Amino acid sequence: MSIWEYANPHRFMALTARILPVLAVLSAAFLLTGLIWGFFFTPDDFKQGSTIKIIYLHVPAAFAAINAWIMMLVASIIWFIRRHPVSALTARAAAPVGIAMTLIALATGAIWGKPMWGTYWAWDPRLTSFLILFVFYIGYVALWEAIENPEVAADLTSVLCLVGSVFALLSRYAVNLWNQGLHQGATLSLDKETNIDNTFFVPLLLCLAGFTLLFLTLVLLRTRTHIRLRRASALIARQARA
Amino acid sequence: MPDLGKYAGDVLLAYGFGLTLIAGIVALSIWQSWRAKQKLEQAERK
Repeated sequence: MSIWEYANPHRFMALTARILPVLAVLSAAFLLTGLIWGFFFTPDDFKQGSTIKIIYLHVPAAFAAINAWIMMLVASIIWFIRRHPVSALTARAAAPVGIAMTLIALATGAIWGKPMWGTYWAWDPRLTSFLILFVFYIGYVALWEAIENPEVAADLTSVLCLVGSVFALLSRYAVNLWNQGLHQGATLSLDKETNIDNTFFVPLLLCLAGFTLLFLTLVLLRTRTHIRLRRASALIARQARA
Repeated sequence: MPDLGKYAGDVLLAYGFGLTLIAGIVALSIWQSWRAKQKLEQAERK
């Protein structure tokens, strides 16, 4: 069976009805375990004190915010090439979740920044590109809402998504590209010397898995919502013509 | 409750904001899903 068969809305609805409850339970389990472990059972950092506990929200939310846009980019490219409505609706469904994740990353970063950097905000390359990514998210959702024809809306939002991808990638690599600003480099590394200690790393890994699973759960749920709304609109339009 | 020391306000504010937003987007998604289901059922009944 080809993966493209799930672009059929009926097949997509049948498959997601089966996997959604499993995903929801898994995301709640990973998220709760990671956050409870991180908040209650990890020690303070020798430099940052208890503010290190913010990492369990800040890093997974930023990770989800960037990857949400990358997922929207892939779905938009699929829409351009194969014109599968489910791919366009999946991108649409992901955007509000991406907004929430970006907002969590920005706010927790600002709260963390005040005691560590002495300021809530700086026009640092990573922070600025992240703020621009947030504006792109808002613009993306607004564009979907503003255009009535779903095909035109999918086309235009896909173009916006392609342009915004520059900032999604910049917000990830800004520290390496400019090598300046207040924000530190990558928290996670394959190099044992530079990676954070396992005491913090294991609960952080659980939170990363939890946020990713939560993102997938919400995107599938919201895609199902958009498929139902489109079906309802088609039925209402047909009844009006009859 | 762990002893958060002098940064207690910052840590609790970050968790309060983050968890509220997560709960908000989950609740909004479930509510919109329920509303769409109702709208489709209504359209199918007609």
